[in-house]
Amino acid sequence: MGKEILVLVAKELKSEWRLKYALNGIILYVVSAVFVTYLSVGAQQGNLNPPTWNALYWVIMLFSALSAVAKSFMGEPKGLHYYYYMTVAPGALILAKMAYNALLTVLLALLGYTVFGLILGNPVQDQGLFLLNLFLGASGLAFALTMVSAIAAKAGSNATLMAILSFPVVLPILLMCIRVSKHAVDGLDFSVSVDKLLTLMALNAIVAATAYILFPYLWRS
Amino acid sequence: MRNSWWKILAVGLLLYTIVAGMLMDAPRLPILNETIRALHFHVTMWFGMILLLVVAVVNSVRYLRTQHLAYDDAASEYTNAALLFGVLGIATGMLWAKFTWGDYWSGDPKQNASAIGILMYFAYMVLRNALPDLQQRARIGAIYNIFAFAAFIPLIFVLPRLTDSLHPGNGGNPGFNAYDLDSNLRVVFYPAIIGWTLLGAWMASVRIRMRRVERAVEEKLINQIS
Repeated sequence: MGKEILVLVAKELKSEWRLKYALNGIILYVVSAVFVTYLSVGAQQGNLNPPTWNALYWVIMLFSALSAVAKSFMGEPKGLHYYYYMTVAPGALILAKMAYNALLTVLLALLGYTVFGLILGNPVQDQGLFLLNLFLGASGLAFALTMVSAIAAKAGSNATLMAILSFPVVLPILLMCIRVSKHAVDGLDFSVSVDKLLTLMALNAIVAATAYILFPYLWRS
Repeated sequence: MRNSWWKILAVGLLLYTIVAGMLMDAPRLPILNETIRALHFHVTMWFGMILLLVVAVVNSVRYLRTQHLAYDDAASEYTNAALLFGVLGIATGMLWAKFTWGDYWSGDPKQNASAIGILMYFAYMVLRNALPDLQQRARIGAIYNIFAFAAFIPLIFVLPRLTDSLHPGNGGNPGFNAYDLDSNLRVVFYPAIIGWTLLGAWMASVRIRMRRVERAVEEKLINQIS
């Protein structure tokens, strides 16, 4: 099981590296989204108020994660799915996909944070908490979106379906990390955010566990 | 007659809810005044919705285990009934909020969470309609239903308790039992929950039977042609 997951993650990384256009495309997506936001709010460095900064950042992350993860099942050819079906356990496949997508989303979130901070100013006072929350939030988004992408792929790879199925499901995670990230921006004491971070972790665990249990049923069809 | 006792019970309980809920003594409280009677028509909607959703999820799990379409019918129709209760719950809640909190929508965490929850189940309906094949619709629908339920429960029960809310029992507000010192409301409230839930189950069971009939008729037609 562990070995299967490692092989699958390595395969995802390799194929992503070979098909650089997908990776570059999503990086460009993040950067342009940040830039569009910057131009449309008409803000100068640092005069966007922190709550708005925080909300805009997470909305952009949601959409970037959505388009990055959507292709994890939907973009793959049907033949590859048959090959997976014959060769690997469904549990290993979904865990590998979730791990890979979490890695990708965390990297995108870090990139988004850097660009956001450069262009719109960086009001975050507690960097450690912000990054920890970013890691948890981005991986949570990735877990939920991976499963939804698998469902949408079975329903004819419909992009609208992907969006409407995923938004309500990721909202609890998103709301939680917007709240914690607001604390990090305001520089509140770590003890204020502990229970929220724990809730966020619990949410991630619930989503990942449900996906792991349900995926074999989905894969069978 | 033996099988319809619960329907008679539902009608009886709801008649009792409407008459007693409107006419019996209610606690006199500032701000709430007589609107406290909405308790029997608003809060009960949520109880009914959650009970019906639990039934729907159980049926989804049973579908995944057995692949009988009957369980899928039950899951989707119980969800339909629950959605009706959810929409009514939001509508009654908005009316109540207008007269006690001052606005139809005041961005209360519970209001937002229930709106998101309803979006989730509307998405479930859209997903089902996007799949033409019966077995596939049933399987993927069941999977999304369970997945959505796993996200819905923390959304409704955990997240609102972590922030300030205008609802009783959240964010340091006293729970509702603080308003109901002489238990006058309880006498109507608990029967009302049972009554509304039974009504929901009744609606769902009628629609499940209709589906079964439709499918049987369809199969008959197909067999005639071939």
